[in-house]
Amino acid sequence: MPGTESLKHNKLVIVIMGCGRVGGKLASMLDAAGHRVTVLDIDGYSFRRLPPTFSGTALIGNGTDEDMLRKAGIEGASAFIALTQGDNRNVMAAQIAKHVFKVPRVICRIYDPLRKDIYEQLGLESISPTEVFADLLFNRLENVK
Amino acid sequence: MAKSLYIVIVGGGNIGYYLSKALLNQGHEVLIIEKDVRKCERLEDELGSCCMRGDGCETAVLSEAGLNRADVLIATASQDEDNLVSCQVAKHRFKVPRTIALVNNPINDRIFKKLGVDATISVTNTILEHVEQEIPAHPLIHLLTMSGQMEEVVELLITRDSPSVGKSIGQVRLPADTTIALVMRENERPRIPDASTVLRENDRVIALTTMDSEKILEKLLLS
Repeated sequence: MPGTESLKHNKLVIVIMGCGRVGGKLASMLDAAGHRVTVLDIDGYSFRRLPPTFSGTALIGNGTDEDMLRKAGIEGASAFIALTQGDNRNVMAAQIAKHVFKVPRVICRIYDPLRKDIYEQLGLESISPTEVFADLLFNRLENVK
Repeated sequence: MAKSLYIVIVGGGNIGYYLSKALLNQGHEVLIIEKDVRKCERLEDELGSCCMRGDGCETAVLSEAGLNRADVLIATASQDEDNLVSCQVAKHRFKVPRTIALVNNPINDRIFKKLGVDATISVTNTILEHVEQEIPAHPLIHLLTMSGQMEEVVELLITRDSPSVGKSIGQVRLPADTTIALVMRENERPRIPDASTVLRENDRVIALTTMDSEKILEKLLLS
């Protein structure tokens, strides 16, 4: 996978949209690993999920707004991760990051597996938690003797 | 009459409703896709059976709506991101020839076109254009945005303090993508200017420009 190598060795600038359970957790993991993390959320209350040790930036704002992404420092970012609750918001922000700001690595969460397939075909690196979790459960149940 | 088209409208709010009504009157086949069951019922009561309940971003719903034979999809939901996804799914999964999205944030105009939406209608810009035209003192008025392009037609009023007063058009270093198409002067017929035309106070200038060059043009001619 491109980018995985550098994640281990270099200090990266990473913008995360959505500070929910996954966003907050990922932000604190990357921060602890020494990267420069900016996390965006439209609700400031979401930032309670960040640990007190978090040394990155927490910014209130809408990540589907080009101006807001610029404020979040997307222009120099190595990676952008879209993790809000809304598939469409994620898809739109991720495409802006990829096609307008040319961020080298963009990953997008899309709950709806069909929508995920379409955007994968359009070249957007996407993960469907629905699919991943259903697969995981299926495999575990298959191993039940 | 023009050819009857199959038009799918995503979003049964006020815009979706009035739009459908007008398009049905023009003789087109219209289907509205709306999430809210109560809105669906209201639409069916008023317009007949032309509404389908569902999420207009979902492939399954759009497939059931017969999108592969649709001529046009118009996305009129209140959130820009929903309109983007409806149009992109229509375009890429169902090969709909013409997709049109309503956008609220004017910046999205440009972004949506870049991402494959055929045409965008900027609600904010449209209202702004009208507001500007209603304020006579406004120095730069947007008259028209060319569909599918970044070009626009603007009107500028040259005032006494304008840096361009007394200069010929050749002396004003216009951006390469900008043309002054018409100069209107009181008691004279509008004229198509050339490089030697000298701008005067109270001239009204109609220019063809782009969204990017508009600010430069404003600076050169007005302040």
